[in-house]
Amino acid sequence: MPTVTIDGVEIEVPAGVTALQACEMAGVEIPRFCYHERLSVAGNCRMCLVEVSPGPPKPAASCALPVADGMEIKTDSEMVKKARNGVMEFLLINHPLDCPICDQGGECDLQDQAMAYGRDGSRFEEHKRAVKDKHMGPLVKTIMTRCIHCTRCVRFATEIAGVPELGLLGRGEHAEITTYLEKSLDSELSANVIDLCPVGALTSKPYAFVSRPWELSKTESIDVLDAVGASIRVDARQTEVLRILPRLHEDVNEEWLADKSRYACDALSRQRLDRPYVRKDGKLAEASWDEAFAAIADKMKGLDGSRIAAVAGDLCDAESMFALKSLMDSVGSPNMDCRQDGAKLPAGPRAAYLMNSSIAGLETADAVLLIGTNPRWEAPLVNTRLRKAWLQGGATIAAVGPQIDLTYPCENLGAGPDTLKAIADGTHPFAETLKNAERPVVIVGMGALARADGDAVLAAARALADNCNIVRDDWNGFNVLHTAAARVGGLDLGFVPGVDGRDVAGIIAGAGAGDIELVYLLGADEIDTAALGDAFVVYQGHHGDAGAHRADVILPGAAYTEKNGTYVNTEGRVQLARQAVQPPGEAREDWTIIRALSGVIGANLDYVTLGDVRAALAAANPVFEQVDQVAPASWDAFGTAGDMDAAAFESPIGNYYMTDAISRASETMAECTREFVSGNGERTGTDG
Amino acid sequence: MSDAFAFDETYRARAETIVARYPEGRQQSAVIPLLDLAQRQAGGWLPTEALEYVATYLDMPNIRVLEVASFYSMFNLEPVGKNFVQLCRTTPCWLRGSDDLRAVAKDVTGCGLGETSDDGTFTVVEVECLGACCNAPMVQINDEYYEDLTADSFKAVLEALKRGETPKPGSQAGRAGSEPTGERATLTGAGESA
Repeated sequence: MPTVTIDGVEIEVPAGVTALQACEMAGVEIPRFCYHERLSVAGNCRMCLVEVSPGPPKPAASCALPVADGMEIKTDSEMVKKARNGVMEFLLINHPLDCPICDQGGECDLQDQAMAYGRDGSRFEEHKRAVKDKHMGPLVKTIMTRCIHCTRCVRFATEIAGVPELGLLGRGEHAEITTYLEKSLDSELSANVIDLCPVGALTSKPYAFVSRPWELSKTESIDVLDAVGASIRVDARQTEVLRILPRLHEDVNEEWLADKSRYACDALSRQRLDRPYVRKDGKLAEASWDEAFAAIADKMKGLDGSRIAAVAGDLCDAESMFALKSLMDSVGSPNMDCRQDGAKLPAGPRAAYLMNSSIAGLETADAVLLIGTNPRWEAPLVNTRLRKAWLQGGATIAAVGPQIDLTYPCENLGAGPDTLKAIADGTHPFAETLKNAERPVVIVGMGALARADGDAVLAAARALADNCNIVRDDWNGFNVLHTAAARVGGLDLGFVPGVDGRDVAGIIAGAGAGDIELVYLLGADEIDTAALGDAFVVYQGHHGDAGAHRADVILPGAAYTEKNGTYVNTEGRVQLARQAVQPPGEAREDWTIIRALSGVIGANLDYVTLGDVRAALAAANPVFEQVDQVAPASWDAFGTAGDMDAAAFESPIGNYYMTDAISRASETMAECTREFVSGNGERTGTDG
Repeated sequence: MSDAFAFDETYRARAETIVARYPEGRQQSAVIPLLDLAQRQAGGWLPTEALEYVATYLDMPNIRVLEVASFYSMFNLEPVGKNFVQLCRTTPCWLRGSDDLRAVAKDVTGCGLGETSDDGTFTVVEVECLGACCNAPMVQINDEYYEDLTADSFKAVLEALKRGETPKPGSQAGRAGSEPTGERATLTGAGESA
């Protein structure tokens, strides 16, 4: 390990690091614009200049300079000070002084570094250049005159997002960043370029001129719009969530966030259920909590437990599902299910429904088989890990299911169960590829499991995992990729049919046939609500979507930014979402609603505080105690072999931008749908 | 915009030779010579179709090809006339009268700098040093250098082009290369010491 001296202090650093990284290890801050630790080195902003000896008597760009043994680096010398000052002056030559009207103001690298390293006035008296703004889609606003050509956005699009559509055209004074032919940046990760942009050239379009960073209260929370459970920061002003930004979590989302998770937040103040409703004479009428509870109690009185059913939706926190399960148990109903899409996943063993390799572990995979899944739309941040496995490790990736552009080469082996069976039997050549791999991975999506023959498909996938040696002593590459944030939590706490209980399909059929008289929908909007027949439907949730439309009683709940809730992501990581704002109007945290209802119907649940619920939850399944940990699940038997339907696997997501009650209510997501999914990407003269 | 672009037989053969020079997997290195071929076939400029054809040919993203094409001033991204006149205006040519040449170009072709004549015969642009300072002032017309120009000789060149003739390239003052215009002034005798 080379030893270097930084500002007079000797430090030993790993071989191969750059001078900039060595300085960081020594705790010395180096200003930079183009350098970013997750992107390739460009070395074009020149802000990171340091003095190095031995070497030529001039400043060197530390981001692109590998350290050598005995190197002496100075970051506080007169030469460095002058160099930084000079670079800053050059950068500001063409940068407009419009900070007062710039959305980056207050969180701008250029602003901060100009304060720290720049000069106090300008000597530049010539004309500044102006650059035409570019169209980059409905999420990214551009003010290209502010661009300092660091090319972080270009490198992000090319390397991480895998959509090489951004580029630096022209040269010198005339250089401009643009997308090819000014088309929208067609990526589910496009808005990350806003975070990467060190100046105000790329800013958030929906958030334009909305607020200043110092006006916002910031709450660290967890995203629930897919099953990745990305770490987020919720920025709110008073009662309104104004924006959502990613937070660093190396094992989950690194520092990225998918566009839906970032921009569906405008829906948190639209189409909200902010008071209880009771259906009277066929029409929903506003009601008080007491009236709503009384209507439910009235219906439940004397009703046998077997005629009551509950379905939990995709955005539910574990606490509310647990409370509802307790309620169902106490009224003697075994009819409950958290698998709205009908996925044939067992409630145990845990290995049967987890991403056992962990999300970060996907990076080390060298052979990957995708079964009935489109990770690009189902979990964009899982897809970036797979892309990294291909880009950095040269992984071989193949798919059984739909043919999709995943941003990396993916060989399509076949469309459905026949191919899956052939690989499991070892008659397909890809079986050899998996056997010979050091870190083989199989990812089973809901497109393969949410079908009538899902049991048999799961068993076939399990057989494939066993036959191709995918589960080894130190490695479990059997992965289930969920699409719902609530799913793993629901399975962990056993929100599945009890003895002789009905699953989702059975509940719907039973309601249609009149065997089920009361259906309790906890945020469940993805089922066929029109097929519930004459059943009395209670809908508890936060958005006026399909469930509320069909409901006889509406109990207004809290969205994920309005409650303290526990979620378990697709790899089995228990994470806590935190309350950023108050629920609107009369709405309440969900588990408290169920607790209050239990009192009215005389089935008192015995917890009073959130702590009580969490204690009961942990008693029911100890995994809920291990927050932010991923424990390996034991490889026990699961799956029931059977005949598989020959029909092709289809990804369950038809439109990435609208998958749940929140994103369906979002104007920004509607705009994205128009731009990217409906095929109206070409702008016309009237909406430009 | 022109119709779909593809290399014709001659250009395709040349493209294959060029691409074969690079190791397997490094075909993208051929992007500059291939853009040059495409520009020649497309009539002196690169329509979007040609850029995209080269991108597909080398299996690289369109934007990467556009970055290269927009970086180098020798690639034209707008249509140009049949005779692409590049006037050198850097110091040596300027001192030797490039301003006069600009006036002549305007007179004969009707084109100011950056303009194309209505009949599509000429495009006149101003460029930085083309490296023929010994024979200043000079212009480049398509692939040929015309050097040692005066207002009269430049006018003759342009008028010949206008008539569809091909004037003789090189020095218009009769020089073979960049030797002195008069008598040799140095290295005149054998064994002369410096």
